[in-house]
This record gives sequence, structure tokens and C-alpha cells, in this order.
Amino acid sequence: MATTEILLAGFGGQGVLFAGKILAYCGLMDNKELSWLPSYGPEMRGGTANCSVCISDEPIGSPLILAPDILIAMNQPSFDKFITEVKTGGKVFYDSTLIECECNRTDIEMYAIPSSQLADTNELKGGSNIILLGKLIKESNIFTLDTMKKAIEKVVPPSKSHLITNNFKAIEIGMNN
Amino acid sequence: MERNLMKGNEALAEAAIRAGCKCFFGYPITPQTELAAYMSKRMHKAGGVFLQAESEIAAINMVLGAASTGVRAMTSSSSPGLSLKSEGISYIAGSDVPAVIINVQRGGPGLGGIQPSQADYWQATKALGHGDFHLLVFAPASVQEMVDMVIKAFDKADEYRMPTMILADGLLGQMMEPVSFPEINANAHDKKIWAANGHCKKREHHIINSLYLKPDELENSVTERFRRYDIIKENETDAELYFTEDCDILLCAFGATARVVKSAVNDARAQGIKAGLFRPKTLWPFPVKEINEASKNAKKLLSVEMSMGQMIDDIKLAINCSKPVEFYGRTGGVIPTPAEVLAEIKKIGGAE
Repeated sequence: MATTEILLAGFGGQGVLFAGKILAYCGLMDNKELSWLPSYGPEMRGGTANCSVCISDEPIGSPLILAPDILIAMNQPSFDKFITEVKTGGKVFYDSTLIECECNRTDIEMYAIPSSQLADTNELKGGSNIILLGKLIKESNIFTLDTMKKAIEKVVPPSKSHLITNNFKAIEIGMNN
Repeated sequence: MERNLMKGNEALAEAAIRAGCKCFFGYPITPQTELAAYMSKRMHKAGGVFLQAESEIAAINMVLGAASTGVRAMTSSSSPGLSLKSEGISYIAGSDVPAVIINVQRGGPGLGGIQPSQADYWQATKALGHGDFHLLVFAPASVQEMVDMVIKAFDKADEYRMPTMILADGLLGQMMEPVSFPEINANAHDKKIWAANGHCKKREHHIINSLYLKPDELENSVTERFRRYDIIKENETDAELYFTEDCDILLCAFGATARVVKSAVNDARAQGIKAGLFRPKTLWPFPVKEINEASKNAKKLLSVEMSMGQMIDDIKLAINCSKPVEFYGRTGGVIPTPAEVLAEIKKIGGAE
């Protein structure tokens, strides 16, 4: 496997960095080389936040992603900013509750899922990010469901272990929609 | 060995605790703050002291005080904070006290920015404070190397009784990578002969001081220190050589920039361009032997930095200006891309 570059982007507070962390831990669980690089600074406090995750069998060079293989977009500005950068043959997962897709690229695969709305109707407040990861698992073969469940168990701190079932539920919703 | 996923800043802190650091004094500054935050959570459990000082100046002087008693002590900051600590670092060097200082660099000068930079190269290697002195400066390029170099920095500080520095940057500090923590056999350095840790009326006072009013006494103290520096130059240089054996163009880069350059070297090789990478792991002393080995077949050198080109002079001196040294850099917090570096390789004739 060559390096898979995954870019996650959205508003601060939507769980972009957390979702990226789960993907990074998936890499750790599968014994891959990986890097996780957040945007930091003022943009985290209410502005746009993004996070670069590289997964590879080789050591990672630059951890900063400019042209992702996979884009996970959680708001319109991020979608608009990065949609043109996705590599040919790449995959885009986006929250269609918040994002109106005005993109006519035919060289990439687009997966729309109303993740915010699904999170609301299923009483999974703030679970939109994880629903998108569920969709990613279903539509790509980058990680297995089993790996992602293990990663979630590792990322969620013990004091919040009651949230693990909610995250599993969000993954399932993402896989079935 | 178990792999953990950690931010560079957290890994620096954990490695320091495992290396036996008992005192951490700091003051928050982006992009280094996670290091101090980690210390605040863990240090007391490890039987040490974490203290957030009222300023950087206070913090570095606390390091001088703690280290004078023979315990392993450390501080960390980012670029503007290092400028504030510079007086104290000079005192630590002048007092021949071991300490570890971490700089997770951001853009400058002045308050600058908070994004990654390497513009403190001159400060770290040439003039981190007044007077005749050096720090042993390590430049990690991965989170794992941050761990390994902190452990080494404590050892070498004790061995040579001098301040040592980890010169990192915001990218390395903020990113997460898998790390393993090695079994640490802390080298026991006998500090009994100098540490001011209480004489219990059983021995003479140990005095930690950097004031010598008689010029010949001060000169003796400085020349003795420089004899140690000669030993360090002989024994402690370290560098990574990547595809250098047959390279026409030798790229020179350290820290996070070296990762970008390595990607560009791989891309160049894939296009039939014989590029190689020289990555100094110690910035002072500069790896003179290693760069001469790496550049023996190269026609040109290209230094790539997140600064305006602060390493160029050291490269030219090391190879005695025997070959042209070109430069490509971004500064102010902008990270160069592999594509930009590859374009530069082609531009200066690496494609021939």
C-alpha cells in the first residue's frame, strides 16, 4: 500500500481532530506507519479546523497534506476550499445537511450523507464526525470495522467509557446510510 | 516494544520524566504548551517538581538553581521565550551546570507568529546568550527522535556539565506519531564532586558561580570549557545520510524540513535525478566529517530551511567553500512543500 492521505476539515468543535485521532489509532492498531497533524492556533477557536492523517507501510515524509486521497468535509467553507485539491481517483465524504455540493468533478467519488441530521434524529449529539467515519469504512477498504472499534476503545478516555457505545452506534448509522 | 501514539510535545515530556528529570520549570507559549501541560499532570506522580513560573526569566533561573544541586532539570519554551531565557542560559553555561532546554520554534522575529519555523538556528548554534559558550544542540525530525534525543540530551549534559538543547519546531511539537520508549539505563554521572546539595559539615563548600573578576581566572575557566567543546566536536556529531553515495545534488535540511526534503529526494530519484539528503542531527557541533562524506561526489549543494538560510554559512565552512551552496526556504511559519523543493532541484540543474 502506498501512503493514503486523509484530510478532515470543518468548524472547530465538530470533532474534526477527534475523528482524525480515531483514524490515526486505526493505523496504530494495524501496525502501520502514520502521522496526525492538526491545524493549531486561532482557527481552532471557532474558525475552520483541519487535520492531516497519513497512513502508510513506509515511513511518513511530510505530514502536511496538500492533495488528499480522501477528504472528509464537515462544513461548506472546508468543502469549497479542499474539493479542488482531492487527487484524481480520490474519495470525498461530506455532511450533506450542512454542505451543498456544487462540484462537477467526475474524476473523484463523492459520498453524501446527512450526518448532522442523522446524529440529531438518533440522539447522538456531536456524532456527525463518527457517522462520516462509518461511511468511510463502508465505502473504502482502508480499515476494517473491527480495527475502528478497537481504535475507538483506545481513544475514548476511561472516564468517558459510557460514550463508546454511542460511537459504535454512530459508526453503524454511517455504514447503513 | 509497545507503540504509543503521542504528540511531539507530550513525547518530549514523557521522555524527560523517564530520563530522570526531577524538576521542570516553564511558562506557557504556543506551540509548546502541551509539554508543560503534560508535565503538570505527570511530574508529581513521578516524584518530581512541576512549577509554572511567573515568567520565562524566572523559569530558567529556577533551572539553574535546581541543576546546581545535581538533579536533572529542564525548561521548555518557544522562540520569543528562548530570547527571554538567554541570560539564564549563559549563566548555566558559565556555571558548568547540566540542564536541558527545549525550543519548539515558531516564526519570528518579535512576537512573530505561532506556526512552525527554523529561524532560531543562529540563536541556538551561535549566540544563545552573551559570552564564550556553546550548547550541544540536537535537531529531531520525528516524534521518536524527540524521545531518543531528550534521553541523550540529559546524558550529554551530565557528561560534559553543560546546557544541551532540543531544537524542534511547531510541526514536530503538534504532530502525533507512534513512539516507543526504550529501557533507560541512566548513565550514572558522579555529581558529588561539584553539586551544591548540602555538605553536612563533612566536606568543603561547593560553590556554583559564573563570576570571575580576575581576567586570568576567567580566561582559564573559559579555555577549560573550550577543551571540552573540542572533545564534543570530535565525538558527538551525528547526521543521517540518505542516497548520498552517488548523488549529483546534495540537499541539506534538518528537523521537520528534512521530512519534506526526503519526499522531494524520493520524487527526484523516481524521475532519474540523482539527489541525496544530508540531515544534521546535531547542529552544534555541525557534522563536518559527515557532510564532507555525503557531498564527496555532489556537484552542488542545496540547503532547504524554514528560515532565510541560516544554515548556509555552516555548510560552506564545513566543505571549505569547495562547491556551490544554493538555498531554498520559506519563513514566517510557511512550510515548504515537496513539489516546491523538487522544482528547485530541477531549477538549479539537478536534472542534468
